[in-house]
Amino acid sequence: MKHQFSALLLGTTLALAAGGALAQDKNVKVGVLTDNSGLYSDLGGAGSTLAAQMAIEDSGLAAKGWKIDLISADHQNKPDIATTIARQWIDVEKVDILMDVLNSGVALAVNNLVKEKNSIMINTGAATSDLTNAQCSPNTIHWVYDTYMLANSTGQALVKAGGDTWYFLTADYAFGAALERDTTAVVVKSGGKVIGGVKHPLNSSDFSSFLLQAQASKAKIVGMANAGGDTTNTIKQASEFGIVAGGQKLAGLLLFITDVHSLGLKVAEGLSFTETFYWDLNDGTRAFSKRFSERMKNKAQPSMVQAGVYSGLIHYFKSLEAMGGNVHDGRKIVDNMKSMPTDDPLFGKGSIRVDGRKLHPAYLFEVKKPSESKGPWDYYKLIGTTPADQAFRPLSESACSLVKK
Amino acid sequence: MQALYAQLLVGLINGSFYALLSLGLAVIFGMLNIINFAHGALYMMGAFCAYFLLNLTGLGYWPALIVAPIVVGIFGMILERTMLQWLTGLDHLYGLLLTFGIALIVQGVFQNYFGSSGLPYAIPDELRGGMNLGFMFLPIYRGWVVVFSLVVCFATWYLIEKTRLGANLRAATENPTLVRAFGINVPRMITLTYGLGVGLAALAGVLSAPINQVRPLMGADLIIVVFAVVVIGGMGSIMGSIITGFALGVIEGLTKYFYPEASNTVVFVLMVLVLLVKPTGLTGRAA
Repeated sequence: MKHQFSALLLGTTLALAAGGALAQDKNVKVGVLTDNSGLYSDLGGAGSTLAAQMAIEDSGLAAKGWKIDLISADHQNKPDIATTIARQWIDVEKVDILMDVLNSGVALAVNNLVKEKNSIMINTGAATSDLTNAQCSPNTIHWVYDTYMLANSTGQALVKAGGDTWYFLTADYAFGAALERDTTAVVVKSGGKVIGGVKHPLNSSDFSSFLLQAQASKAKIVGMANAGGDTTNTIKQASEFGIVAGGQKLAGLLLFITDVHSLGLKVAEGLSFTETFYWDLNDGTRAFSKRFSERMKNKAQPSMVQAGVYSGLIHYFKSLEAMGGNVHDGRKIVDNMKSMPTDDPLFGKGSIRVDGRKLHPAYLFEVKKPSESKGPWDYYKLIGTTPADQAFRPLSESACSLVKK
Repeated sequence: MQALYAQLLVGLINGSFYALLSLGLAVIFGMLNIINFAHGALYMMGAFCAYFLLNLTGLGYWPALIVAPIVVGIFGMILERTMLQWLTGLDHLYGLLLTFGIALIVQGVFQNYFGSSGLPYAIPDELRGGMNLGFMFLPIYRGWVVVFSLVVCFATWYLIEKTRLGANLRAATENPTLVRAFGINVPRMITLTYGLGVGLAALAGVLSAPINQVRPLMGADLIIVVFAVVVIGGMGSIMGSIITGFALGVIEGLTKYFYPEASNTVVFVLMVLVLLVKPTGLTGRAA
């Protein structure tokens, strides 16, 4: 009995010693899990992997003896495939941190797994605000934007401008539902009314039926709670059916610069929507974007999702360096990241809140007229800024279990 | 009630794409016995071809309606000559696998170079604007698509079912050896038929370019539905595929109105029902 006890004690001591040695571990493996082939691959995809690569290079950690590996995979917008890859990455490949993870359905599924395995996810691509609300996790940081912030910024601005009746075209999955819910709340709170809506399957090519229903509703604002190819097709076909010409206004609740590029200014002009990053905001964003687009195959400027991958990883590396090594303990590292202020040329100075929400300003943009644009990718006019402390859901309204009340 | 009329018309518009695409598939299956899974990719190539014609050579929409189907049709004939012809007489599965593989490669190559968001293609000036029909605002372009597709569909039907050329073709499918004995070059005819089917797909691609973004995956999203249309109509039946194409467009349109969440699945539910009751499809003859 006594022998057993001392053996146990010895074992524990050795384990602790090993733990101490691990703190000096300078190996990191970054996994970019994104849509490499589907409708969101232009706003994430290969550009996200490139942004991660650039963050690794710019961190300067390699010169200080760190060894950083990067892998990426295509989750095909399917939660089951995404969790299978993530599980293999964490268990077998020993991936330390998952980046991008766009698509809300995918993100919520991976969120649970990452928490169970005590790994880390910096989500830059998914929109659902549930990631830092009801489903918040000590292992997840939601970096770039969320449905609450989009609704708050774009929704409020449009209601104030007189758009007080709304009709929704909603993508029929977690993201669309969250965006519609959050926007409805803002519209109602600002004195507007939602008079109807229709849910369409993800990745539809024809929106004419839905647009006719929106037209018949006579709502002043047709809110598009969808993204990527679904949004661009909606906008294009709305102009065909004379939605805007008939006096209704289209509200793109989530649009990316890649969508505007794909539509062309002729169709997209006058749309207003919210983003947290634009390549032409200031010297810092311009310098990064120039380096980025030079390395992109089609010379594209970075989307906010891709910019977020860079920004998030830079902060992660700073945190690892401050801790003196990789402890391979997701919760511990995320706590450390939350305790440090964030600062990078892309999103400026900011912070990470206790619920995992990264805070920075939100910008309301309007798409330029073709005559105002100086050339490809010169698309946005800044028409309003919401400061970081007002852009996102206040902690007082939070349902996150990490928030102490 | 007004809204219902509008949905019926919109359904008819989508139906014209289904009809054009399933017609091409039916021609290829009926005459060559090949299940052409590359059809969606070829439809996409038609749209891209229109885009390149406009941006590289300045040829607009109207010339593209003729040039794109020819260019893509020639590409199809090269495929037939170099690969598909070796599969004659083998199980359907081989043709299906080969064409599916070709589709994946073509889509992959296009996606690698042009991304997933797609490229813009404007509606030709002559067909801009719309008419107020009282119950709905009909974009003139959409009306044009319906009329034009109907004309093309029935011209194809007439060509195959009512002309001497069509009769030769059908005879060649029944008994190639005998038709050869009459001095008709059967392999060449087969190649041209495949080219025709492919050309129809490319034509549908050009028609859809101004409505949808020109995207590498535009065909992949559509092809499965179109196959369901062909199966419901009866594999290889020309008239069956035309009528089913339009009918399913309308049924899908109505579903989008009454229960939008099911609009992606209604076609497949119908397919299952039809196969349970009449395994050869609505107009198919037993093999």
